[in-house]
Amino acid sequence: MNGLLANFKDKGKAYLFILPAVAMLGLFYIYPFFKIFQLSLFEWDGISKTMSFVGFAQFHDIIFNNKIWWQSMWHATYITLLALILQNGLALMLALFVDRGIKYGNVYRVIFFLPPVLSGIVVGLVWNWIFNGNYGLLNYWLTKIGLGHLATTWLSNPKTALTCVAVIHMWKGFGWGFIILLAGLQNIPRTLYEAARIDGASGWDVFKRITVPLMIPVFVLVMVLTVLGTMQIYDIIVSTTGGGPGYHTEVPVSRILARMLGNSQFGYACAMGIVFGVVLILLSIIQMNISKHMKQT
Amino acid sequence: MRHKIDRYDIKNFFAGLSTHTVLILVSLTCIFPLLWMVSSSLKTQQTVFKNMNLWPGVFNWSNFATAWTQGGFGIYFLNSVFYTITVVIGLILVASLAAYAFSRMRFPGKNLFYYTFLAAMMIPIPGAFVALYVLLVKLGLVNTRLGYILPQINIGLSLAIYILKTFFDEIPKDIEDSAKVDGCSKLGVWWHIALPIAKPAIAVIAIFNTLAVWNEYILAMIILQDKTKMPLQRGLMIFQGAHFTEYPLLMSGITITVIPVIIVYLFMQKHIIQGITAGAVKG
Repeated sequence: MNGLLANFKDKGKAYLFILPAVAMLGLFYIYPFFKIFQLSLFEWDGISKTMSFVGFAQFHDIIFNNKIWWQSMWHATYITLLALILQNGLALMLALFVDRGIKYGNVYRVIFFLPPVLSGIVVGLVWNWIFNGNYGLLNYWLTKIGLGHLATTWLSNPKTALTCVAVIHMWKGFGWGFIILLAGLQNIPRTLYEAARIDGASGWDVFKRITVPLMIPVFVLVMVLTVLGTMQIYDIIVSTTGGGPGYHTEVPVSRILARMLGNSQFGYACAMGIVFGVVLILLSIIQMNISKHMKQT
Repeated sequence: MRHKIDRYDIKNFFAGLSTHTVLILVSLTCIFPLLWMVSSSLKTQQTVFKNMNLWPGVFNWSNFATAWTQGGFGIYFLNSVFYTITVVIGLILVASLAAYAFSRMRFPGKNLFYYTFLAAMMIPIPGAFVALYVLLVKLGLVNTRLGYILPQINIGLSLAIYILKTFFDEIPKDIEDSAKVDGCSKLGVWWHIALPIAKPAIAVIAIFNTLAVWNEYILAMIILQDKTKMPLQRGLMIFQGAHFTEYPLLMSGITITVIPVIIVYLFMQKHIIQGITAGAVKG
């Protein structure tokens, strides 16, 4: 009987240990998770005591009528495509260079990871100053080297704004990919390279036949992180263009916030969040499948 | 034969040279914007638009005093320090208690709870901040420090529990048993044995969450309306909105925001890089 009581007390203690964490998760993750599904079915301004049930009408509006929403989705996709190709390409090239065991490899590593530890706000504001149309450093340099005709108001010109934002984002992000890819490369046993060399394989052959196949899981990890991170870009947008000029650099997160804080359409904002979440999950699944396919071939 | 070796060396030399040229160029692009930021922060409102040299010439240190007092960055800075410390300490206490129970105790529903935490780590919910805001209104926590601290503890929670549980699983049972013989309660074992042993894991968790909290913006924008409660990132946007042409002061504010990050990073870079590397190789 005593044993049973002690056992009961022990289990009670275990629950006390996990209680703070479970309470946190319940309040700040699980509750909001279900709440956005509920709110997405109502028209609600965030303050009124009453909300009106509209079913899936808001989803219908987002998916079929909201042009700006899909534009913002395309903008995020455009930045993501650039990041996938250019940012990760650069990261891989640099990682291959440093993996050769060159001098000062560690110094480069420390420097390349400097931009990723800064906040999106800081990075955006500093580059905002460099890209400034009137007094910015970039235009000053262009004028100096005789390319003054190229000078423009980089972040408020509809033709250049989105690409400039992408450049800033890639500047901030390539160090992440670099560190992960380098870790992956250094995990490959050196003996494999030596054996291939003795067999007379060229550098390109070694890269194609040994490095790439062994690196596929790491490539997939970097790709998934790049897509999830870039699609949800916001801080760099708000600190540079604020979504402008017009709607030319709006992204999904900035649209959700605009509906919530600007228009007080809390239900609509939640529906947007769900549509966006579904897109992100689909993208992840597609990437996982591509990687499975690549592993088989 | 000799001739051949020489040619090989020369080829290698040039390959090395071009590699370093690329690496140095990329390094310069990483560092230059930061140098330009510091340089601009030391110029005056008059010289900043005309003097395009990296070297400011006259060092106008008073910008920092002005930004700190009139710009409000002193308050923002102290707020950021407060939020960072409270979130990180709160997170480590809450996560390590739970991780200890998941690793060392047996109770019904253990796996269900543990996997719920893991699932929360995997599933992104963009737009959750809308519902979070609604919740904070209900709890009366909007525009309060607590309302900004608690959700951020939750953000780091799942990963911290996962890392700490993995670490606690490695602790030999003997150490614990001997402590129990000495009359330590479960809470005592957690505090006196488990936490000190987990120091390396705690360090990694602390560093990453310090950076995350220091750099957080969206929640600060949604939750906090009083300037006296705002952290630096929010303060920067407020300042930029009100004085968008005062670049030297803005750059001083950014420099104040960045310096602690760079100091933490340079001292802790080994842990940071190890943390990412370990995650990448396992993942």
